[in-house]
Amino acid sequence: MSDRPGAAFFDVDGTLVRTNIVHAFAFYAMNQGSILGTAWQTARTLLSVPLFLATDRMSRKAFNELFYRYYRGQSEDRLETLAEELFEEVLRPAVYRGACRLLDGARRAGCRIVLVTGALDFTVRHLADHLEADDVIANRMRFVQGMATGQVIPPIIEGAHKALAIRDYCVRHGLALERSFAYSDSFSDYPMLAVVGHPAAVNPDPRLAGVARAYEWPILSTTEA
Amino acid sequence: MRSPRSLERFYEATEQIVTIDRDSAPRVLFSGEDLLLEDLPIGTRVIYPRPPVRGLPNVKAAIRQAILRPHGCDPLHAMLRPGMKVTVALDDISLPLPPMRTPDVRQQVLEVILPLLADSGVDDVHLVIAVALHRHMTEAEMRRMVGPAIFEAFYPDRYYNHDAEDPAGNVTLGTTAHGEAVILNRRATESDLLIYVNLNLVPMDGGHKSVGTGLTTYQGVKAHHTPHHIRHSHSYMDPEHSEMHRSVDRIGRLIDRELKVFHIETTINNRMFDGPLEFLMRREEDYTELDRLKLAGMRAALKGLPPAAKRRMFQAIPAAYEVIAVHAGRTEPTHAEILKASWSQYAVDVDFQADVVIYGIPYISPYNVNSILNPLLVQLMAWGYFFNFYRGKPLIKKGGTLIITHPCSDSFDPVHHPSYIEFFHRLLPETRDSAVLEAKYERELAENPTYVHLYRTGHAYHGAHPFFMWYWGENGRDHVGRVIAVGADNAHVPALLGWEVAETLSEAVDMARSTHGRSAEIAMLHHPPIVMTQNLG
Repeated sequence: MSDRPGAAFFDVDGTLVRTNIVHAFAFYAMNQGSILGTAWQTARTLLSVPLFLATDRMSRKAFNELFYRYYRGQSEDRLETLAEELFEEVLRPAVYRGACRLLDGARRAGCRIVLVTGALDFTVRHLADHLEADDVIANRMRFVQGMATGQVIPPIIEGAHKALAIRDYCVRHGLALERSFAYSDSFSDYPMLAVVGHPAAVNPDPRLAGVARAYEWPILSTTEA
Repeated sequence: MRSPRSLERFYEATEQIVTIDRDSAPRVLFSGEDLLLEDLPIGTRVIYPRPPVRGLPNVKAAIRQAILRPHGCDPLHAMLRPGMKVTVALDDISLPLPPMRTPDVRQQVLEVILPLLADSGVDDVHLVIAVALHRHMTEAEMRRMVGPAIFEAFYPDRYYNHDAEDPAGNVTLGTTAHGEAVILNRRATESDLLIYVNLNLVPMDGGHKSVGTGLTTYQGVKAHHTPHHIRHSHSYMDPEHSEMHRSVDRIGRLIDRELKVFHIETTINNRMFDGPLEFLMRREEDYTELDRLKLAGMRAALKGLPPAAKRRMFQAIPAAYEVIAVHAGRTEPTHAEILKASWSQYAVDVDFQADVVIYGIPYISPYNVNSILNPLLVQLMAWGYFFNFYRGKPLIKKGGTLIITHPCSDSFDPVHHPSYIEFFHRLLPETRDSAVLEAKYERELAENPTYVHLYRTGHAYHGAHPFFMWYWGENGRDHVGRVIAVGADNAHVPALLGWEVAETLSEAVDMARSTHGRSAEIAMLHHPPIVMTQNLG
């Protein structure tokens, strides 16, 4: 086995916090700066729910692409400002009680802490600081002249691409994949879990729980301290 | 004067060693959750446990007497001052085996001392379960151990499991002259008085091991849970000849210098089965027709049940243990009295060593209460506990053959033993060398954040625990030549352990005789209940 150190890669939504990207998006939709803007964006989001559900069932990648298109036309400054409020009002209270303990354990084991999420980078930056993460691997919105285009800079961080991103990250930072840990709650993160030496299912969905049992991966809970 | 017939009956009732003859009855052996009925070779010496020592008629009176007349210190009530901070540490669910009928002896001790503390104006009292690196007990287990009244009054804020991985919850008390770090639970070190309520099942338990091991961290346990210490323990059931206990005692003496510790030690007899299962306490010669019927019925019922159901059935039957001694006071004089009582129950004098020894491995060990006896624990029972059940010379000759009966199923409990799975399937295929495992992998699993989290927030054994289980078989591995597993349901588990397999006991005996010759001396330790040999010649 390699002497290089490992890292601990954490999915965010459902693993460390009880929210998901929909909560973040809903927060942005509800905070459009004017009553009309808020009403329009909220109504638009609500009307799109069936479409979101159908797309998510078909492909997580397509879901993310469709989802992020709804950010089009918003200013970068505005999104950054709202990100701070999003953290204070939505994310910070949603951090699972056991999450900090799990992160502390990884830190004490000498692991670099990396959050890996399909959310947009500016929405999780404050959370990463709060959890004292060393790095964040997240989706990045393309901005043109300070305005969001609704397009994400490829590759979209989801599913198999999370595994690829983790692999690249380890190469770039001289880390050993086989000594690294990965934690997620969702079966969609199976590739990310399978690529490291020490995968673990955290508050897993039924499909991931089944896989974890079959492969004898540890099953953790972060919902309680 | 007794008649020859009466003398014969007396001899049969008291002599603990039965030599198998041509017309001897077949013997009952545990094989996990199954019961085997096997004819043993003529000349095999079967060593039976002593009959249960009579229990104390009034346990609470004995507890009161013990704390009023302690060994080497003032009575407990004389140590108490209003407003003082007291921590009561308790042994965990690994003692006794199987768990005893309620009220547990710990509950009875608490029912005596908690009112005494309250009457003395001591309100700051915490009950801490000294789990060390064992799994944290569940709420239901904690309730059962102390009874509903104490549970409701103390749980969860003042009745909890020790957390060996809480960075803020443990402090270094000092270092022994041998460089052993003495690390203890912070609450215990900051208390004006630490009371330890122990239950000695076997002579290995109790004494300095209670506080120094039960309330410490991985680093603290690491001081003596090493292949070196176990290899030089002859045996670890005999503290006077155990390297591990020498280290434990050094640590304990430092603790006794730094803290005010009051021990309440208890020990029990070996009445493991009663009621419908009482026949398992008897020799096969003494079985009545009804006993034979019960045995046949039980074997038939077990045959048709899946392993999980059999496990639940056995684990649901608490033992009918009775308390046989209670002593209190300073660590060493208190423990010395308890050890005397413990040996009086378990030690059977033998004057021989056998070439071949047979063990029936049961369904339970200290580390799988309400769980599975996984392959690592099967080896712990064979090379570890059962081998170490001796004082003086081991029952088995150096290089002898051990025959065990157990299915050795490749089955682990992911909730209680997650790190065992990695140890068994990732590390053991690489090496069985304890020194290599210790140097290369122990720290990795001990610090694995997943295992740390599962230990702290769930009910998992610590990441380092499977290593200790492997080391605990170290002196057995060093001493025994061959191990033959009878009735294994797979080939790979015995192969990973370095064991041979046989389909039947007679096949295993033939295999053993191929090494030791036709005149090989064969012995069997007939347990449960627990029996230990004493060969001081």
